[in-house]
Amino acid sequence: MRRGGQYILFAVLAVMLIALAVGDLLIGTTSVPLADVWAALTGGATTEEYRVIVGELRLPKVVVAIFAGMALSASGLEMQTLFRNPLAGPYVLGINSGASLGVALFTIAMPMIGSGAATMLARIGLTGMAWVGSAAILLLVMFLSRKIKNINVILILGMMLGSAISAVVGILQYLGTEESLKAFVVWTMGSLSTVTIADLWVLVPAVVVGLVLAISAVKSLNMLLLGESYARTMGLRVGLSRCVIFLSTTLLAGTITAFCGPIGFIGLAMPHLARMTFRTADHRVLMPAAMLWGAVSMLLCCVVCDIVARGGVMLPVNTVTSLLAIPVIVIVVIRNRNRQ
Amino acid sequence: MIELHNIKLSFGSRILIDGATARFECGSMTALLGRNGTGKSTLLRAMAALGKVQAGEIIIDGESVADMPSHRLARLVSFVNTERVDVEALTVYDLVAVGRAPYTDWMGRLTAEDRAAVDRAMRVAGVEAMSHRFVETLSDGECQRVMIARALAQATPIILLDEPTAFLDMPNRYELCTLLHRLAHDEGKCIIFSTHELDIALSLADSIALVDTPDLRHLPTQEMVKSGSIERLFVSEYVSFDATTQSIHLRRE
Repeated sequence: MRRGGQYILFAVLAVMLIALAVGDLLIGTTSVPLADVWAALTGGATTEEYRVIVGELRLPKVVVAIFAGMALSASGLEMQTLFRNPLAGPYVLGINSGASLGVALFTIAMPMIGSGAATMLARIGLTGMAWVGSAAILLLVMFLSRKIKNINVILILGMMLGSAISAVVGILQYLGTEESLKAFVVWTMGSLSTVTIADLWVLVPAVVVGLVLAISAVKSLNMLLLGESYARTMGLRVGLSRCVIFLSTTLLAGTITAFCGPIGFIGLAMPHLARMTFRTADHRVLMPAAMLWGAVSMLLCCVVCDIVARGGVMLPVNTVTSLLAIPVIVIVVIRNRNRQ
Repeated sequence: MIELHNIKLSFGSRILIDGATARFECGSMTALLGRNGTGKSTLLRAMAALGKVQAGEIIIDGESVADMPSHRLARLVSFVNTERVDVEALTVYDLVAVGRAPYTDWMGRLTAEDRAAVDRAMRVAGVEAMSHRFVETLSDGECQRVMIARALAQATPIILLDEPTAFLDMPNRYELCTLLHRLAHDEGKCIIFSTHELDIALSLADSIALVDTPDLRHLPTQEMVKSGSIERLFVSEYVSFDATTQSIHLRRE
């Protein structure tokens, strides 16, 4: 696609992003008039109730949705290019399994072994344990990638590692008490509304660093499109690039998963939507395009949740993202099949 | 100019090439011949610093490849293999432009100079008309020319190609090798390509490098034909090859 068309698309997505963000601030179980939303955001005169609903409940959720969408989509794009696999996503290296192991240890194993040994875990908290879990997986994968040259072997090992950890989590679930099991399952369903303003002070900087790393990798990603042999002969230090990309993915997907639970399919589908709409493989365009699509899709999921919530049903966000994103993936798979 | 000094290559525990010494000049095209599994690819990959050498040295313009930082080597040697690049929504122009990576900034932005180099590379390789097409729509022959255009955009004196004629039909094979010949003679490149097409190699290449396990013989084409090594190597109980007439003879009962 020509430059002009791409600029128009960027503008359209930006407008959609703002419209959905405003929509998300307006819609909820309590109706807040637009004037009061504006007043609450700008510190104008409004009721205390409206100020709390907008400023402390809805605004953090909108911010989380935007960052979660950008983070998952950017890391999904990195993984798809690095592994040259259209079905790779942010969780392909087992980051979600690592996080879920951390959470399972916190929610299930900790009550089992009693408080004595668990105080250290408790201090880090559920989010911290999830983050430690995904970071541990990253370190393991990075270590393997120093030993193993073939990227497909790393992909397979990542998936096997993920499955093995899921099995361990399964054992913990089986042994856990009913109460602890519920806490774990609630986390796996994903939620954007549990994130508080204090959490944002950790979430936003971590994601911003991840996004900066992703943007710094656009040239390497363009070279990696041709495969590692070509990239190497064009002067790319493949080992270093892999590390930057893995680190970026952990900061992005790991952080979001730690705070919001595993959010399915956004990171897999949105890079494809970016490729389909912008008709380019150049990561200088694709990276911001994927981030914008990610933010827009997460906001859309939130608005859908909000509308359903007005009817009295609270949907876990994970179910909505899956239903929204899976059709996109199906289209991609069918298109790829037809090409061959 | 690229030189091999007494190099030894192996694949696992099997020694492929031992004690190979050769010198490939700019402005000349060399065909690398040898039976399947004798180490043609391994040798080319080693020369592109994609693989290791067990012993000896590969030297470009007096400097050892092993000691060279990758960004410097990327301005001296480019590499083309048979692997088909099948990426969604990648245009031919963007693919060729990636070849400018050793010269561009951290984002890979193209300067006017880079654009001129990309345009020129596409013109020389004869792919300028495909500039806006997606690589997924290219035929194998077109794709291989695009990959050569990418190597040209990299503007290296040495171009290594691993079986560039595989998967191509007869006219495309000759067309591609004529292009390589032109690059050597008109552009002064040092071209080394591995191939199984004995007829093309003998009629177009300036010199032949023959893997005669574990030796590597490198001779001008005519001398190689006279030496009889090709006939000796490419023979089985069913078929033999006559290098002087470039013809294949089947042995009937």
